[in-house]
Amino acid sequence: MAVASEQDNPAGLTREEPRAHSALRRLSGRALSLIASVVLTVFGLLVVTFFIGRVMPVDPLLAVVGDRAPEHVRAQAATELGLDLPLWRQFLRYLGEILQGDFGNSVLSGQPVLTDIARFFPATLELATAATLIGVCLGVPLGVLAATRHGQWPDQVIRVVALAGYSVPVFWLGLVGLLVFYAELGWVAGPGRIDVVYEYTIEPVIGLMLVDTLLAGDGAAFLDAFWHLVLPASVLGYLSLAYITRMTRSLMLAELGQEYVIAARVKGLPERLVIWRHVLGNIMVPLITTIALSYAYLLEGAVLTETVFAWPGLGLYITQSLFSADLTAVLGATIVIGLVFIGLNLLSDLLYTLVDPRAR
Amino acid sequence: MTTPLLEVSGLRVAFPGQDGPREVVRGISFTVGREKVGIVGESGSGKSMTARAILDLIPPPGRVSADRLAFAGEDLTRLRPKERARLRGRRIAMVLQDPRHALNPVMTVGAQLAETFQVHHRLGRGEARRCSIEALDAVHIRDPERVVRLYPHEISGGMGQRAMIAMMLAPGPELLLADEPTSALDATVEAGILETLDELVTARGMGLVLVSHDLDLVAAFCDRVLVFYAGRIVEELPARDLAQARHPYTQGLLACVPRLGERRRELPVLRRDPSWAAS
Repeated sequence: MAVASEQDNPAGLTREEPRAHSALRRLSGRALSLIASVVLTVFGLLVVTFFIGRVMPVDPLLAVVGDRAPEHVRAQAATELGLDLPLWRQFLRYLGEILQGDFGNSVLSGQPVLTDIARFFPATLELATAATLIGVCLGVPLGVLAATRHGQWPDQVIRVVALAGYSVPVFWLGLVGLLVFYAELGWVAGPGRIDVVYEYTIEPVIGLMLVDTLLAGDGAAFLDAFWHLVLPASVLGYLSLAYITRMTRSLMLAELGQEYVIAARVKGLPERLVIWRHVLGNIMVPLITTIALSYAYLLEGAVLTETVFAWPGLGLYITQSLFSADLTAVLGATIVIGLVFIGLNLLSDLLYTLVDPRAR
Repeated sequence: MTTPLLEVSGLRVAFPGQDGPREVVRGISFTVGREKVGIVGESGSGKSMTARAILDLIPPPGRVSADRLAFAGEDLTRLRPKERARLRGRRIAMVLQDPRHALNPVMTVGAQLAETFQVHHRLGRGEARRCSIEALDAVHIRDPERVVRLYPHEISGGMGQRAMIAMMLAPGPELLLADEPTSALDATVEAGILETLDELVTARGMGLVLVSHDLDLVAAFCDRVLVFYAGRIVEELPARDLAQARHPYTQGLLACVPRLGERRRELPVLRRDPSWAAS
């Protein structure tokens, strides 16, 4: 038999140990370059936020001392804030403070910006997570359905639904939602995160209302928080769904003509396995990016939605700070958002290596 | 003669074009028994489309029609798509051209083999895994216990194609279509793959349709040869008589094959005549 002398067994047939070893080395190399890129990105973020803060035509002293302060009070405040130093020293000082976790004090609330953010961010986190869950759980199946029924009526319907999600202004959707489901039908609770009845009885532990009410063992409060969350989460979830559906659909369509899909059908796999195991497994990498991007976008704080629903989240916080020229708060929140963005990108990078063996 | 495995009569495949439907397979008839049949022809002569039409895998908006398309006496044109799908793998399978594209890049070789066993033989995980290793061993892959854990990009093209053959034979089909199974591989690997294919097909008493553009290979490997030209069969003859082909197109194809040690400046240009494909 000619097989023994055949050349088609490559160098791949070496021993087990060297393979594992080189894989480990590659992995640690990857980790290093990942860390380096994260550090660089964070540095860039700080540079940009600092200079935006300095370039903005807002007098930083105005919010501190008011517009009628005499000159010597202004000068003193400037010295205290380090505004009389050269720009690069100001930046170093800023960098040092940030690295120590000191984002400055909010003029508006008089509290450290980080304390403020710790109070406002969980509301946004809760809303964005719920919305993303809705977006993923409905968006991916809808995208798959549209792609597998390409050109038929389910595809057309889903495309219109997704297009509407893109085009309808979210504040309008929120208002109409409140009008119909809260005011008229009374199916859901109104604006805010929880009824005033529970407002002060629930001890904030991690800031997520659903979790805190459960930790407090208060079932009624949990349900109340849930019904408050449903409508804003659905409105934002629709936005996320529109994006995820469209991306899933086009990714699937590009993949369905691939040879391995034909091979999977030829060997007699049921269509369900062909689609959900083979094709979906291959679009996982771009799909994860899509989901992470949409999640990050929602975590920035959906200003309009939070305003309509009086949802005390990051978007609301930034808007209020901006309107009262509270630059420290705006910059602090911007940095937090930037860090969340970087963190999510890092996470999706790490997930790549899990779902795609070629990236290992 | 008993009922042939595959009967094809008046098979047509058409795709919509700018000025009306364009036929890529234009009324083809042939039968395949438990033998090795070669299909040769240029690119675009309808070889692959014929194979895919038999498996009901012509992508939309392509249209397939046939006077008769029967497998083991059963009329396939009367079956619903679901029933056609049920024949795939279990009774008819196909080895695709390039294992680099035809194996799922994000699943291990073992997982892709095992799922085939699980679906067709309703095996448990451990049993399916054991069968996968045996199947890889049967296609002469060395160290199958290790290969089942590898991903397609970690193995060579030849190993990939062997894994593909193992995968397609796993459900125990009676007819195997091989769509240029070696043209994406090195010439050194080709002989070994074909030998394995031959060995397994013969041992199982299966029918084999080998689609290729390699005349020498088909002449050496097959019992019978069908020569395709522009969506039609222009000549059908026993493989050993290929060198004595009468049709001018087949003669032209043969003349275009360069020979080692031959002193010739230019290869002749293939003669084509649309009238050969006219009915």
